[in-house]
Amino acid sequence: MRFVTKIILAGLVMAPVAAFAQTAPAISTTRLAPKHEEFAFEGPFGTYDRGALQRGFQVYKEVCSACHNLDHIAFHNMYEPGGPGFTEAQAKAIAAGYQIPADPNDKGETMDEKGVRLTRAGTLADHFPPPFPNEEAARANNSGALPPDLSMIVKARAGGPQYVYSIITGFSAKPPAGFKVTEGKYFNPYFEGWNISMPPPLVANAVTYSDGTKATIEQQAHDVTVFLSWASDPKMEERKRTGLGVLIFLVVLSGLLFLSYRKVWANMH
Amino acid sequence: MSGQSSYTPRSGLSKWIDQRLPLPRFINDTMMTFPTPRNLNIWYTFGGILTFCLGVQIITGIVLAMHYVANAGMAFNSVESIMRDVNYGWLVRFIHSTGASMFFLAVYLHMFRGLYYGSYKAPRELIWIIGVLIYLLMMATAFFGYVLPWGQMSFWGATVITSLFSSIDQIVPHLGTAITTWLWGDFAVGDATLNRFFSLHYLLPFIIAGVVGLHIWALHVPGNNNPLGIDVKSPQDTVPFHPYYTVKDAFYLCLYVLLFAVFVFYAPDFFGNPDNYEPANALVTPPDIVPEWYLLPFYAMLRAIPQKLIGVLVLGGAIVTLVFIPWLDTSRVRSCRFRPLMKQFFWAFAVDCLILGYCGSQGVDAVLFGVPLIWLARLGTLYYFGYFWVLMPVIGLIETPKPLPASIAQSVLGDSATAPAE
Repeated sequence: MRFVTKIILAGLVMAPVAAFAQTAPAISTTRLAPKHEEFAFEGPFGTYDRGALQRGFQVYKEVCSACHNLDHIAFHNMYEPGGPGFTEAQAKAIAAGYQIPADPNDKGETMDEKGVRLTRAGTLADHFPPPFPNEEAARANNSGALPPDLSMIVKARAGGPQYVYSIITGFSAKPPAGFKVTEGKYFNPYFEGWNISMPPPLVANAVTYSDGTKATIEQQAHDVTVFLSWASDPKMEERKRTGLGVLIFLVVLSGLLFLSYRKVWANMH
Repeated sequence: MSGQSSYTPRSGLSKWIDQRLPLPRFINDTMMTFPTPRNLNIWYTFGGILTFCLGVQIITGIVLAMHYVANAGMAFNSVESIMRDVNYGWLVRFIHSTGASMFFLAVYLHMFRGLYYGSYKAPRELIWIIGVLIYLLMMATAFFGYVLPWGQMSFWGATVITSLFSSIDQIVPHLGTAITTWLWGDFAVGDATLNRFFSLHYLLPFIIAGVVGLHIWALHVPGNNNPLGIDVKSPQDTVPFHPYYTVKDAFYLCLYVLLFAVFVFYAPDFFGNPDNYEPANALVTPPDIVPEWYLLPFYAMLRAIPQKLIGVLVLGGAIVTLVFIPWLDTSRVRSCRFRPLMKQFFWAFAVDCLILGYCGSQGVDAVLFGVPLIWLARLGTLYYFGYFWVLMPVIGLIETPKPLPASIAQSVLGDSATAPAE
């Protein structure tokens, strides 16, 4: 029902256009309910699939990271428990593959003689560097749109992982008659308003999985959604595991307290 | 507090202390031997649960404040850092954020219990009024706290609520705007606002703790009301607080903590809004600005009134009304258990609050079965005020209560001819 306001807002925006064009019955551009994709990390005992996390990281690195930040993830997170399960050496290698703006050198310079920003290799303590130096640069490279940070995206969207999965696989459907895709935008019915600035990001076999998994669009989307779910909630496995112990303790304690209660009150009724 | 102290020191040390600072005596009289009606049911365990909730919020809050940065540019990331980098930070923060909801759930059950059993009636008026004050302080604290993560809903919630004061412009031109600017410390919600909200969010819980002290002090003068709503007449009507109610409260508290833990560990974002995981952005208004669930009924009343100032007055009136309940209720008996007519209106009132909450959660133009929800909210608001200002005084006068049992002891210990079951 929260979409109702959005429809009205969309309507207000669309109204002058519609009046001018004198066309088409009004189409509700409320986003569709997300697809029912199932993930192994759901449910009280669910854990992240390590294979999917590592493959998903590959998809993020080779595809998404061209435009999207991963602000809240540090390289040391990559080998921490409950995460993608890389070794510390692998995480160091991943970090070393990124260039980070360097601190001033001995002469106090941050640029070389040609005016290019000095950089250094990433270390475990660094966070993933953003693809663009600032918001303006990001917008300038994306027709004015700002690609959102992906390290919080699964938590920051109603529908969570299913929403993210639906968005990245939702480009195949043809727009219905009467709906005209805005110039420079793409049709995606899982996105509010149906016009999305992101072009279809995935192409089958655009990545080559080293574990032999076939890189269909659905497979890549599933894997990167698992990776981003972890990025949003890296303590999920620890949380659920701790929770189980806490609940067992509380159930036992409740039982003991109930018996004490019965004994104390035994002669009072 | 009241009555004669039955305390006799058991050791030389406790006698020595008691003569200089009667703290052992105080603890004994208020928490051990305190005579408590023997028929208190599950709904009377929420006082203890609420004390627990306040303690949990203060302890987790102090730890969070060690890591939180009250700065508009850093607050959001500092909360994420608590969630990701601080040892067990995720646990402390989820206990605190879920704890707010568990606190309000308990306070609502506590308040509805007071309403049902007439616990606000003489001689307990001040307990009730102090309770309303605690509730008001809780709402303010929760509101300030919700702003601190500096997400989209934090920012826009703060903007909407503080802007309510600008409606005073309609009475005294510019005064409302001046108050709003003063509250913000700026010409918009920003860094100055965040800093003062953090300061107040840290201060108010300790004021709440003090007022809770008054609440319990006032309670210990007449002692507890009870489901029968009749006075304690003889020692047979009561049992010592310890061990009878310490063990009963502990058991129900443990069940409540169990529910609490299910949310903390398995649905920590259940009460939250996804938009608040999006950093605050003054340039992007979320499509729907919704408060936390515990404020939704009041939010529905505010939106049900098309005129802003009147809407704000209705919102304030809904809470101020609670202060007058002890005198609005004209009934001679306290408990709704013996009030066949009022009992029905009470449950209708409970449903009314849920309906208002539902209306508040929906978009402003939402429609249910062809009826705009705003009309449902208006009816709900009417019933809310009608319940207190019309039904309470009138029904107390026209209703014939069922006969009251002679005593608590008789009701509990048998003689089923006169005592209702339960």
